[in-house]
Amino acid sequence: MNPTRTVRTLSVAALLGLTLTACGGGGAASTAQETAPEGTPSPAGGQADAFSITDPWVKAVSAEDGMTGVFGEIANGSDAEIVIVSADHPAAETVELHEVVTEGADATMREIDGGFPVAPGGTRTLEPGGDHIMLMGLTEDLEPGTEATVTVEFADGSTAAFTAPVKEYAGANEEYDGDGHEGH
Amino acid sequence: MASRISRRGLLLGGAAAGVGAAGGALGHRWATADPPPAAEEAVLNGERTVPFHGPHQAGVETPPQSHASFAAFDLGREVDADGVRRLMRLLSDDAARLTRGEPALADTEPELATVPARLTVTFGFGRGLVERVDPGAVPEWLRPLPEFDHDDLDPDRGEADLLIQVCADDPVTVSHAVRMLGKDAQAFTVPRWTQTGFRRAHGSESDGTTMRNLMGQVDGTVNPRPGTADFDDLVWRDTDQGWLAGGTGLVLRRIVTHLDTWDELDRPAREAVIGRRVADGAPLTGGGEHDEVDLTATDASGLTVVPAFAHVRRARTGDPGERIFRRGYNYDLRDHGTPEAGLLFAAFQADPVRQFVPIQRRLDELDLLNEWVTTVGSAVFAVPPGCEEGDYVGRTLLEP
Repeated sequence: MNPTRTVRTLSVAALLGLTLTACGGGGAASTAQETAPEGTPSPAGGQADAFSITDPWVKAVSAEDGMTGVFGEIANGSDAEIVIVSADHPAAETVELHEVVTEGADATMREIDGGFPVAPGGTRTLEPGGDHIMLMGLTEDLEPGTEATVTVEFADGSTAAFTAPVKEYAGANEEYDGDGHEGH
Repeated sequence: MASRISRRGLLLGGAAAGVGAAGGALGHRWATADPPPAAEEAVLNGERTVPFHGPHQAGVETPPQSHASFAAFDLGREVDADGVRRLMRLLSDDAARLTRGEPALADTEPELATVPARLTVTFGFGRGLVERVDPGAVPEWLRPLPEFDHDDLDPDRGEADLLIQVCADDPVTVSHAVRMLGKDAQAFTVPRWTQTGFRRAHGSESDGTTMRNLMGQVDGTVNPRPGTADFDDLVWRDTDQGWLAGGTGLVLRRIVTHLDTWDELDRPAREAVIGRRVADGAPLTGGGEHDEVDLTATDASGLTVVPAFAHVRRARTGDPGERIFRRGYNYDLRDHGTPEAGLLFAAFQADPVRQFVPIQRRLDELDLLNEWVTTVGSAVFAVPPGCEEGDYVGRTLLEP
C-alpha cells in the first residue's frame, strides 16, 4: 500500500479517535476509530496524527488521594516512530509518564526516561502494574462514571487529546519512587 | 498404581481392538497417520452471544439460559440523578462488552470474560431509583404488591432500587459478570441481596423443553410465546409514550417449596393439586402438555376432573389480559443451616398490578398448592427499554 495514503487514512482515524465516549457503547469504546463525536478538537498534526488510544480509562480517586493512573492501548498508525513525551490533565498539577519496576514482590513506579516511544505500526499498553500516565496533585475528585480529558504531547511538539471514563479499581497501588510524593 | 495402569492399558487395548473390528478403512487411516475425517465445525455453546443492544433489553425474550443471578442494590443516600446516569453508563458499557465475550474495561480477570455462553444482563429499576431521578415518572404499578395472606415476606429479599438480572449457560460466566458489575456499582450503591438459580444444564434437554421445578412439576407450560403479537401485547410497553416505552415490568418472588411434606403426597394427589399429569405436564383432562385444560370435564361420579382447588384452575381468570410471561429458576441451598429449596419466580408483564395481581389474588384465596409453597421474598421492578450501541440503559428516564 502507498505509505502516503496510509498515513492520510490513519490521520483521519486518529482524529476520530481523539474523543472516546465514556461508555454505553460497546463497539464504540473498543475501537477508537468507530467513535466520531462532533466537535472533536483537532490535533496539531505531526506525530499526533498517527496516535490513537483504545479503551482508555482512569482509576477513580478523590482529591485527597491526590494521584492516579491513566491506562489504555496506544497505537501508532504511521510508518515512523512516535514518542509521547508529556501529558496534561486540567485537574492535575503535575502529570508524569511512569514505568513500574518490580523487584521481588515490590513494585515501584518511577518516571520513565525518554517518554513512551511507540514503534511504527505498533502498540504500547498502559496498564496497572506497567506503563501509565500519572496524574498528581489532583485538585478535584475523579468520580466513577465521569470522563477525564487527557492531552498527550509528542516529541515533535504536536498534541492529541482523548477522553477516558473514570472507573473504580482496587489495584494500581504501586509505591511511587519520586521526589516529594508519598506512595498512593 | 500398577493395577490402575494395567487397567487403563486394558481399556485402551479394548478400544483399539474395537476400532480395528469396526472397519479396515478407518483403521488404515489411523495407522498411516492421515488426518482424521473433517469433523463438523462444532460451535462451542460458550462462544454463543446474545446481542445486548436493541429496542428491548435482552434476557426477557431470550430462551432461558441455564444459570441466573438476580442482584439487587440500593442507591447510596447521596446519589442523585446524575449519579444514577453515571452508574448506568458504566454498567451498560460493562454489559455490552461482557455479552460480546470481551472483558469489561478495567476487568481484573479478563480471561473469565471470554466465554459468553449466551450471557444477558438485564437492568430493572425499583421505585426508589425512579423516585430519586424523577418522582413524576414513577409508574402507578411500581410499588410493593398488595399483601397476600399466604406470603411470609422477608424484607431482606424485598424491594430494592436496582436489579441486575444476569443469565448465561455457564455459572462461571454469571459469577464473573455479577462481580464485575458489582464492582462498578460499588461507588453508587449498597448491595441488598443476590439470588441465584438454575435450570437444566445446556444441552441436557432439547431447546424449548418446559422446565421442571424441584417439586418435579412441569412449570411454565402456559406462557405467551416470544415473537408473537400476544407476547408483545402482554409483556412490552409498546404503546407507552413515556420513558418505559419498549420496556416491561418484572415481578420477582422467592417461593420456598416445602419438599419434605410434598414427599408425603402420592402421585395422584400431586396431580390433583396441580391439575396436570406429573409425567408430561398434560392436563388431567387429556391430550398433550400444550393442550387446553378442560375445566368443565367431569368424571363418572359427576365431579370435575380438575378439582376446584387445583392450581391450573385457580391460576386462570376469565380475562385474557390477565396473563404473564414466566421465566423462573430453581434454587437449592444446602451449604449451611436449614436446607431451602424453591423457585425464583420471575414474571414479566407490561403492568404487574393489572396482570399479575389478579392471578395471585385468586391463588391466595384458594389453591391447594399453597400448602407446600410459601413466598418469602417479593419485589417489583420497571425494566427500561433496551439501548442502541453507544447508548445506555435508562437514558429515556435520565436524559429524556
